[in-house]
Amino acid sequence: MEKLFVSSSPHLRSGTGVRSIMLDVIIALAPALIASVILFGLRALLVTAVSVAAAVLAEYLSRKIMKRPNSIGDLSAVVTGMLLAFNLPVSIPLWIAALGSAIAIVVVKQFFGGIGQNFVNPALAGRIILMVSFPAQMTKWTMPLTSFSGLDAVTTATPLGVLSEGGEQAMPPLLDMFFGVRGGCLGETCAVALLLGGVYLVARKVINPIIPICYVGTAALLSLAFGLDPLVQMLSGGLLLGAIFMATDYATSPLTNWGKVIFGIGCGVLTMIIRQFGSLPEGVSFSIVLMNILVPYIDRLTRPVPFGEEGARQ
Amino acid sequence: MAKGKLLSTFTKGIVKENPVLRLVLGTCPTLAVTTMAENGLWMGMAATLVLLGSNVVISLTRKVIPDKVRIPAFITIIAGFVTLVQMLVKAYAPEVNDKLGIFLPLIVVNCIILARAEMFASKNKVLPSILDALGMGVGFTAALVLMGSIRELLGSGSLFGVPITSSFIDPMIVMILPAGGFFVFAILIVLANKLSGDGKKAVLGCAGCPSAAHCPNAQTGGCEEKKEGEQ
Repeated sequence: MEKLFVSSSPHLRSGTGVRSIMLDVIIALAPALIASVILFGLRALLVTAVSVAAAVLAEYLSRKIMKRPNSIGDLSAVVTGMLLAFNLPVSIPLWIAALGSAIAIVVVKQFFGGIGQNFVNPALAGRIILMVSFPAQMTKWTMPLTSFSGLDAVTTATPLGVLSEGGEQAMPPLLDMFFGVRGGCLGETCAVALLLGGVYLVARKVINPIIPICYVGTAALLSLAFGLDPLVQMLSGGLLLGAIFMATDYATSPLTNWGKVIFGIGCGVLTMIIRQFGSLPEGVSFSIVLMNILVPYIDRLTRPVPFGEEGARQ
Repeated sequence: MAKGKLLSTFTKGIVKENPVLRLVLGTCPTLAVTTMAENGLWMGMAATLVLLGSNVVISLTRKVIPDKVRIPAFITIIAGFVTLVQMLVKAYAPEVNDKLGIFLPLIVVNCIILARAEMFASKNKVLPSILDALGMGVGFTAALVLMGSIRELLGSGSLFGVPITSSFIDPMIVMILPAGGFFVFAILIVLANKLSGDGKKAVLGCAGCPSAAHCPNAQTGGCEEKKEGEQ
């Protein structure tokens, strides 16, 4: 740990720390969590709780074994656990959710040095490993709001699944999709809750809106170019969850504003290419992780020129 | 050569200079065939046979082979033994031939065999070369079987084809995919480094290199020059 920070004046002391930022993210995720419980029943809360508990436990144990200072107090493991749970279908076996959290924390985060050192978003990497490992359980979608009708669960397809299958099943109406009444992962369906969280994060200056706007904007423009309905594309899959909460992760997004623009556009292009031409119906997690890996190069490309050294960047 | 030295010539290949996990040679077959423990075992045995043959012949002919054309000469000898082993496998165990596929003839370009020829057999007498080949072969086979077992157990829920956990745990398919191979490989390298180290922190450069004893560059300043400004 570096104790001494040297920088040029003026100096300003702010109370912001990892803990307060993570707390803000948790608050911003709360509406989506509430929405998921309403839509998918109490099991959504259970999956989230197991995932968070496993993430915190994995963080605590791995730091202990590696003889590093305990870091569960910064709440970043809680955020990773929540985000991972939001990327799982509600019917997921609980041990798979716990395993995903442990992989995200231990392999993707702690093996590379802990918070700030992870080279890709831990929750997304965890989701991808689960997706590749357990494809059947990871794509078993449950119809929302069935708990009110007395049935245990009704399986359904996600809107993107319907589109890629050729549209034999009916698409949910747009308004339903906006409120999250559609098949999908726990936290990704309710667009209005995600947007609420996003607005809160922007208002609290926790995230910079450049990445989400470029990401969603690019996806919308490209869906127009591909002849798809941009609103349907924006409201389906994990696009909003990914753009607001995952692509904006500090450690794995570019530092400069132009870098953020490139990053957001890149995510949007990759997402739409995977959706349109790939064999999987959804590509948000893969596109964000791919762009995460490119971040060091984007940062190098967009490094600002120091004042007075006009021609220095060569 | 003293008895203790001979013994260490054999044992060093198993952990301390394990060809896959410490020298990081022959990674291509290591990653490719270890989706099942059984494949790892066959691959290890085939490579050990080739290594034994090539080490013996190269050690015997080390004074005859001109230095300038030693690499083509080594490859020719190795290729001869690979052809031999492949014919034997095809004749007596055709199902193994099907399992290993292209990786059986590719033993020709397996770095372990050329590396042992270059580093050891071309500089030592026949008996130490045999022991070196056997030690390296055992190390290679052990690493492959270990890696294959882990990947098969987690990825298919079985071990040597016998179902173990597949009845009550869904196997993690990623472990038998290439990504899982790299993952298990990295974890095993960490373990091997831990086991063969003396408890101190890892040393970079020639001082921490398991091949330094046989490497001609070790005396003259290492593998690569340090470049100014490079990270």
